[in-house]
Amino acid sequence: MAEFRAGERVRVRAVDPVGHTRVPRYVRGHRGRIVECQGRWALADECAAGVAEPRTEPVYTVAFAAADLWGEGGHEVTVDLWESYIERVQEDGA
Amino acid sequence: MSGGHTSTPVAARVRRLEARLIEAGVVAEAQLDAALAAMLKGASPVNGARIVARAWTDAGFRERLLADANAALPEVGLSMAGGIQEQRLKVVENTATTHHVLVCTLCSCYPIGLLGPSPSWYKSEAYRSRVVREPRAVLAEFGLELPDDTAITVWDSSAESRYMVLPRRPGGTAGHSEPELAALVTREGLIGTAAV
Repeated sequence: MAEFRAGERVRVRAVDPVGHTRVPRYVRGHRGRIVECQGRWALADECAAGVAEPRTEPVYTVAFAAADLWGEGGHEVTVDLWESYIERVQEDGA
Repeated sequence: MSGGHTSTPVAARVRRLEARLIEAGVVAEAQLDAALAAMLKGASPVNGARIVARAWTDAGFRERLLADANAALPEVGLSMAGGIQEQRLKVVENTATTHHVLVCTLCSCYPIGLLGPSPSWYKSEAYRSRVVREPRAVLAEFGLELPDDTAITVWDSSAESRYMVLPRRPGGTAGHSEPELAALVTREGLIGTAAV
């Protein structure tokens, strides 16, 4: 079962991991909205590291407002993110 | 392999990587050639154009395509299973008020089987870094001027999904057959940097 539902607000973890990751730098630490779950896929970070049995996680399409990412622009950017790349945003915005 | 590459910086990097892998004995040149040939067999934007033409003429197919593209592709004799693993395809539909454009900011992920080999600009750092930040300006440079009130979504293929744009059907094509419609669809239209 997917942990996040469509419409939910999430934040991309502000990580800077050693080695391969599929978290684009421009969304790290930013808030977005879950569009949909794409199903479960092997975690690319562990595949790239040669882990014999990489974790499999839900991957989500997450939409970001350009204004949130760049401070300008009226468009939207969607990024595909494995579940461990994101965390829930609390109701109080924390 | 080098004969098939262009002189772009990305191609130069790929050439160096190939040379290192062959030198280290990880792969043989013939294996690389075979893998590339298998991947490119039948890979053409003609496939994407056929999908679009069917969607323009068959509302049921269009609906199924947008809901679950992988399940709908066999209806036109295509699939996403040509590579190492079956990739998920998401088709995004342009309308009178919305426009979609594709990019992979991490590298150059792209549905090669349906769109053919990607254009060199798709892999350029300029396109990848700019289209997520100022898509309207980038599209204008491609000759696509969108009305100010058109909502733009940029789709960054950062995981395993691949994307294809379903362009808007041009006006004055009511009597066109499916093959005639398919002939109107360009690779740029399927990426979202042109109208069709």
